[in-house]
Formats: sequence, C-alpha cells, structure tokens
Amino acid sequence: MLTRARILPRARELQVMLARALTPQTAETDAIRFLVGTQSLKYDNQIHIIDFDDENNIINKNVLLHQVGEIWQISASPADKGVLATCYNRTSDSKVMTCAAVWRMPKELESGSHESPDDSSSNTQTLELLCHLDNTARGNMACVMWEPMGDGKKLISLADNHLLLWDLQESSSKAVLSNSAALEGKGQLKFTSGRWSPHHNCTQVATANDTTIRGWDTRSMRQIYCIENAHGQLVRDLDFNPNKQYYLASCGDDCKVKFWDTRNINEPVKTLEEHSHWVWNVRYNHSHDQLVLTGSSDSRVILSNMVSISSEPFGHLVDDDELSDQEDHHQEEKTKEPLQDSIIATYEEHEDSVYAVEWSSADPWLFASLSYDGRLVINRVPRTLKYHILL
Amino acid sequence: MLGVHTLLRKLQFLLELPARLTRCVELEAYGTAVRYHGRARAVLHHYRHLPSFHGIQADCQVIMAGLAQRLRQRFRDGGSGAKDLAECVELLLELEEPAEELCDEFLAHAGARLAAELDTLEAELGPPGGAPTCDILEFTDRGCNSFVGNLCLVIASYQELFVSRAGAAPIAPMARAKLATFVEGLLGRYFGLVERRVQLEKGVGDSSLLVRALDRFHRRLQALEQLLPGAGAASEGTAIVERAARARVAQYLQALRGFYQDCLTDVRQALAAPRLASKEGPGLAELLATVSASLLGQVKAVLGYVHLFTARDVAFSNKPYFKGEFCSQAVREGLVVGFIRAVCGTAQQFCEAPGEMGVPSSPESRLKGRGRSCPGSKGGVLAALAVMEAPGSPAPSPDASLALQAEVAGTPGSVLCAEARAAAQRLLTHYVRVQGLAVSQMLRKSVETRDWVGTIEPRTVRAVMKRVVEDTTAIDVQVGLLYEEGVRKAQSSDSSKRTFSVYSSSRQQGRYAPSYTPSAPMDTNLLSNIQKLFSERIDIFSPVEFNKVSVLTGIVKISLKSFLECVRLRTFGRFGLQQVQVDCHYLQLYLWRFVGDEGLVHGLLDEIVASAAHRCLDPVPMEPSVVEVICERG
Repeated sequence: MLTRARILPRARELQVMLARALTPQTAETDAIRFLVGTQSLKYDNQIHIIDFDDENNIINKNVLLHQVGEIWQISASPADKGVLATCYNRTSDSKVMTCAAVWRMPKELESGSHESPDDSSSNTQTLELLCHLDNTARGNMACVMWEPMGDGKKLISLADNHLLLWDLQESSSKAVLSNSAALEGKGQLKFTSGRWSPHHNCTQVATANDTTIRGWDTRSMRQIYCIENAHGQLVRDLDFNPNKQYYLASCGDDCKVKFWDTRNINEPVKTLEEHSHWVWNVRYNHSHDQLVLTGSSDSRVILSNMVSISSEPFGHLVDDDELSDQEDHHQEEKTKEPLQDSIIATYEEHEDSVYAVEWSSADPWLFASLSYDGRLVINRVPRTLKYHILL
Repeated sequence: MLGVHTLLRKLQFLLELPARLTRCVELEAYGTAVRYHGRARAVLHHYRHLPSFHGIQADCQVIMAGLAQRLRQRFRDGGSGAKDLAECVELLLELEEPAEELCDEFLAHAGARLAAELDTLEAELGPPGGAPTCDILEFTDRGCNSFVGNLCLVIASYQELFVSRAGAAPIAPMARAKLATFVEGLLGRYFGLVERRVQLEKGVGDSSLLVRALDRFHRRLQALEQLLPGAGAASEGTAIVERAARARVAQYLQALRGFYQDCLTDVRQALAAPRLASKEGPGLAELLATVSASLLGQVKAVLGYVHLFTARDVAFSNKPYFKGEFCSQAVREGLVVGFIRAVCGTAQQFCEAPGEMGVPSSPESRLKGRGRSCPGSKGGVLAALAVMEAPGSPAPSPDASLALQAEVAGTPGSVLCAEARAAAQRLLTHYVRVQGLAVSQMLRKSVETRDWVGTIEPRTVRAVMKRVVEDTTAIDVQVGLLYEEGVRKAQSSDSSKRTFSVYSSSRQQGRYAPSYTPSAPMDTNLLSNIQKLFSERIDIFSPVEFNKVSVLTGIVKISLKSFLECVRLRTFGRFGLQQVQVDCHYLQLYLWRFVGDEGLVHGLLDEIVASAAHRCLDPVPMEPSVVEVICERG
C-alpha cells in the first residue's frame, strides 16, 4: 500500500522543482491533504496542494503561485484551512533575506478541488497575502509556528536570535508583535528550529540553536530550561510528544534522535542512532505517540515504535473513531506485556535527502515524506502494527 | 589337699586384697590393682553376707572408688599421652564406670585441646581486615599438622577404645554417633577458618602456593576420610577447594580486566601526551603491538597459574570437577571467554560513551583521543582473539581428552570470533562516523559563516579545504598503520587528470544545464534525469570493511555529503559558485587517492557544484582551465 507522488513537472513544465517545505493542512480533519513549498531561484515558486484519495489511491494536485521567493518553511493554520504561513527568501541586488508572511489560498482550493490536474494547471492561481511578519530589524526568519489547537491568531517566529510572538488582528490582515525575547551570548547565536508545545495551555515553546535546546514560557518570554549540548552537533528539529507532557524529541547532525524529559535535562531518556547522516526531521504521531518518524539526508525515512517511552506503554485500547478529538484521550489500563522499542520500517524510496516528514492531520496511520528532488512519498503504517496498536 | 591349699591361697589373697590394692595405688600400678579387684570382685560380691568378707568388700570399694577418682583425675588432666589416656579409659571401663559418660569426657577433653589449636589457627588469620600473619601454605601446614593430625589421633584412639575394642560392641553405636557429632563440629569450625584464610588470598600472581596448600589440605582430609568414612570431610574439603579455585579464577578475570583498562589508559596517554610536545607521535602500530603482546603475555601467565590447579601431581586434579567443569566452565567460559567478552564490552562502551556530552571546551581533543584509541582497542580484540585461538583451549586442560571436552562444552571459538568481530566492526563504524562528523563539522562551519552572495572572485582554495585534505591524510596515515590497503577499483596512473577533465566539462554539464542554459531546458532536464538513472544511488553509509580504503571511503563520503547539505542551505553569488568550484576541484585532486571508487568522490563533488549552481543567483561557472591553475597554485 504505497503511494508515490512526484511533484516533478508534468510534460509542459520543464523546470526541476526542488522542495524542502512540507506541512499537513492542520485544520483539515477529513481529507488527507498536504502542502508543499518549492525552492527555485529562477522561476516562480509554488505551493502544491496534494490531495490523497485513500479509497481510490489517487493523488490530486493543485498549484498556487508563491511569487515572492523560494519557500524554506511552511505551516498551516490550525483553525482556518485556507490560511498558511511561509518563510521565504527574498533576493534583492546582492542581498538575501528570509522573510515570513501569512497567506490565504483561494476559497475553492481550501477543500481541494477534484478537477483533473491538466485543467488546474491552465489557470494557476495566486496566494492572497494577508500580512507580513515584519522582521527587518531582527534578521532572517528560520521558522514560523502556529499556536497548536489555537484559534489561528497567535504565531511565533524565530528570527536569527529573536523569539517573536505575534498577534494576528483584523481578520489576519495585521500582525502585531506582542512580545519578544532575544538570545544573548557569545558569538552569533541563531535559532535553527522550534516547536510550540501543545501542553500547559500552550505556554511553552522549545527552540534549538546550534547544539542547545531551550524551553521558553510564552507569557513571560523567559527561558525555563536549557539543554546544553543536547546533540554532539547542530540540532535540526524538535517535536513535542502530543500525549505526554514534558516529553520532547530532537534530532541533529550527529545522526541521532534523542528523547528528553524536560524535567530532567541531564540525560536523554532514549537515544536512537539509526541514520547514517544528518537527521533533519522528527515527528510524533498525533494520536499514537509511540510512532515516531524521522527523515534524514541519508535519503531514508525511518518509522520507529518507541513504546517504552510513549503514553501507551501497554498498548492502546481506544476505538479509532474517537481519535479525532485528541485532547479526549482516555485509556483503560489493561495488563499487557510492555512492548519492545523497535524500528518498524525503513523507507528507501527517496533518492535524495529527505528534509521533511509529516503525519497526516486526518488519518493517523498515514504520513508523507518529501525529498529535495521534489519527490513526495505517502506511506501507511503497516497494517499489522496498526491492528496491534488498536487491538 | 591341693584344693584346700588353693582355697586357702584364695582366702589369703582376699584378706590381703585391700593392702595390696592400697600399695598398687601408691605405686600407681592402676592396671594391676584393677586386675586384682576384677578377680576378687565376683567372690566378694557372692559372699558379701559374711561379715569378714563384707568388711573386705567395703574396704576394696573405698580403695577402688579412690582409684577411680584418681583415674578420672588423670583422664581429665590429660597431661599424659594418648596411650596413657587409653589405658585410663580401659581401666575405667573395667571398673564399670558408665561408658557414655566416659565418651563424653574423652571427647570433651580432646575437644578442648583441639579447640585450643583452632584458636591458634584463628589467631594466625590476623585481625579482621588485616593481613594474615603467615602465608597460606604455612597456615595449611600448621592446620594439617596440629589440628588435623591430632584430630586423626583422637579419632583413632577413640575408635580403638570405644568402637573397635573387643567387648565394646554394645556401646559401639552410641560411641560412633558421639564421635560423628564431635568431628562434625570441629571440622565445621576448621573449614570455616580455612575458607576465611583462602578468601584472604587476594593476590593475583603465582597461584602455586595456593595450589600446594589446597593440595595438602585436600590430602590430609583424604586421610581423615579413610579413618572416618561417612563424615563427609573429604567431600566438604573438595567443595572448599573448588570454591577456592573458582574464586581464584574470578580474581584472575578481574585482574585481567583491570590490566586491559590500564593498557588502554596507557595507550591513550601515550597518544595524547607527546602529541603536544613534538610533532611526531608514537607509532600507533608499535603501541598496538605492545598492548597486544602484553595482553597476550598476561593471559598466558594467568592460564599458566590456573593450569596448576589441574597439574597431575596435585591430588584433587583428578576429581570430576577439576577434570571437566573446571576446565570447560570456570577457565574456558569464565576466564578466557569472560575476558574476551569484557574486551568486546569495553569496545561497546567506546561506541556508546557520549564523548560529546563531556567538557564542551575540549570536545575535539577528546574525540580525537577516543577516536585514536578505537582502532587500538580494536586491535586488542583481535589480539585477544589470537590468544584464545592459540593457547586458549589446550592450556587449561592437561591432556588431550580434557581439551576435547572443554572444546565441546564451551562456547565454540567461532562464536567468540564472531562476537569479537562484531565488536570490532562496531568500533570501526563508530570511528568512521566520529571522524566523518568531525570533518563535516569543519566544513559546515566554513560554509555557514561565509557570505556567499557578496564574496569576491576566488583566487585561492579556501583554507578549510586544505585542512580537510590534511586531516584526511592524517587519518589515512593512522589507519594505514593498522590496516591493510584494501581493494580499489582498477584505475590507471593518470586517472586523476582524466577524470578531472570529465568532471569539469561534460560530466558537469548534466546537472548544471537546467539552470544556466535555459534556452534548451528540455534536453538538459532529460539529460539530468537520464544521468540519474544510470548513476547509482550513493549510499552514504555502506558497511565498513577492515581495510584502509574502506575506512577512508566512509569518512570521505560522510564529509562530502555534509558539504553538499551545507551548500544547499545557502544562496550563492557568481563568485560564490566559482569558489565552490575551485574548492571541489581541489578536493577532487587530493581525495581520490583515499577512496576505493573514485567515481564516488566525483559523483558527490559534481552534485555539490550542481547544487551550488542551482542555488546561485547568477550561475556563471569559472573556466575549467582557470580552476585548474588556481588549484595547482594553491
């Protein structure tokens, strides 16, 4: 049950589209939909809306123009299907600047149009700019995060060494900087990535700069913890366990994936060392947090089963239908043998570095991975494991 | 007439009896007195209703009571030898003293003396925690000679008196039971002492003293066993010997591990220290050889010591335990296999030890030290393996049949080989990873910190590239000391020249084309895809083999891949691209010689330049001839 989608040009489009930005359409809980942003210095960049029809195993694609520049990061609003934020490069003269903006896609594309791909290409539509996150004084934007499960009004962006909290006002047409914090220290400190925790009423954010992971309180904009030398080399990505407070996963250039309990930062709870090159992305499954995805520049995607440190160490007993509501997560304890952590599968369909892996927001058993050469691969969790987790 | 005469003599004897007995007692001729009394007793008893006889009997009884008192006194004093004692007991028994009481008294008496001997022995153990006052052989000797010897004597005389003496049949079972409990108690204490003493024997050097002591101990107990079958003395003694042997082996294992750790520390120091002082570090190969040799020597020595336990002239060596289990389990499994596993475990720790977690100020040097010691200890594994393979199996077992037995019962050598190999593989993989990431880090920092858009036209190769080549060369030299060259793909002598031209012209075109010749996008894109079809996917991390080329290939691959990733994160101006071109060409000139398949290096370098071109705002590449000139000048 494998689906491959190449966002490579169709016969008439001849440019090679490179891509490294991928996000599920977070607010969509029915259809399986991903957004991909392209990277090209020569041509107009695009956002591809990928619809996966699970029953018929068909992929539909709609293209939106993103003319301001190449896309480095993309994130979809958790409240409004039509709203998304991008970090993009703007080049003027001999200066390259990474900026961030909030966009709205045309209404008819929000829920994916199912016309044939050939028709859609003839009338490529453009994104509507809602507002810029003005960063002229604060340097390059590394990433933009929406408040998880929020009303789509709050954003945090990382710009060089600044952590910026934005309020979207007037139906998102104005972004007001409501709070900020700066990282002080020796040398040029630069945030590389961050993640907004869904726990503690969404008042915590974790950021990575070089080999350090820091936690921030968004109310006071103060640092709450700091894991120095979390990785031997640069930390590339972070993710919070959606079902277990204080648990955080990180990955980096030392080829390792580490799992942390932020209450005890001296040592990781677990370390995985399965990749043979930098690990760019780590993602917990939204419902079954023992499922952890990692993507690496060794061109592999690895799906791990981290049962021992998950919120369901004895397996899961909730009916699948109730899972759309993530917060309501009751689980009945049943005495079962604790399961072993293991690698479920290593996916080797990619030929180039994999920079992004994401779980679908609609189907907890489905995920997409994107490699630099523009290939998007949609995979499912193996059926046997799925039943094992459910039953 | 004759009858009357005899009767009269008898009467006279009776009448004189009290006087005679008194005299005998005075002369201490107790035996005669008892004999006289024994003869007269029945008659006196028979005629006790006659007043005169009754008087005699009363007198005799008083005298004999006094005699018995004296005998008992003597018996209790115990001043005289065993023979005297025996006589005493014999007489007392004849005087119809209760046998049970006598047994108890005899044993209590002997017990007191033996206990005193044990006390002396205990005193020789020294204060708790302190050192014993004499060596173990002396201790055992003393124990054997005084305690066990006397115990044997006591048992022998006791048995003679109460068990095997003619007429002792009715009291024999009771006497035997008493003896058994008695011996058991004393031996228990003695064994306790011996065990304590053996435990004090912590030295890890020559074990001949211990073995001789144990042997003597064992022999004496054997004698005891013959004297008193069923007391379990010998089996308990053998058990002690076995425990001692086992403990000894465990100590040896501990010592070997410690020795191995010390070796590693020494190697690390040797590698780290002179590096700071002078340019020339000590020869890695020499160090490895030294370590291997000393490890080998140590293992051999230990095996030699252990061998003593099974020597032919040692009595307990033909016990079933020492014949079978000791060889196969304790020595082979416990000692040799255990040691090799410990070595493997250390290797594992090297892999897992997060050197990065340590002091942030000197991660570089730590990594290096660790990295260098890795191949060292890896060699150690192999060396230990060699030890195992060569003298390992024959040494612990004295004859061929035992060797065979050990072979059958133990973990087969092949399993150990595989284990050691796996550990070595992990180490080597780790080494490649650590070195690769170290070079990567250098490259990443250099790419990240530069403004690639506004850079000036390249005139030289960037210093970091030279550093990369230098480091790689250093690694090559190091690894070369330990490993064979390995296999390369066939290549001609001028391959670098030839591939260079391919690299900077036609090969490059494919990936370049889509971006800088948009006039013919169709063809170039097609070309690029076709090229992709034919070029093998580069596996960044294929398993490392035990040879220099494979190790270096791994490191170079990781480094270049990291370079590629860094390039893809930046945006380049025209001169930025050209600088990358120059750098890549320089790397290509020097790196091809380290790897097995130079096509791989070219492929990765092509990809780096192509990626830079993709990320270039104004992709105008530099003339290949100019690139060449710059590199050659650098």
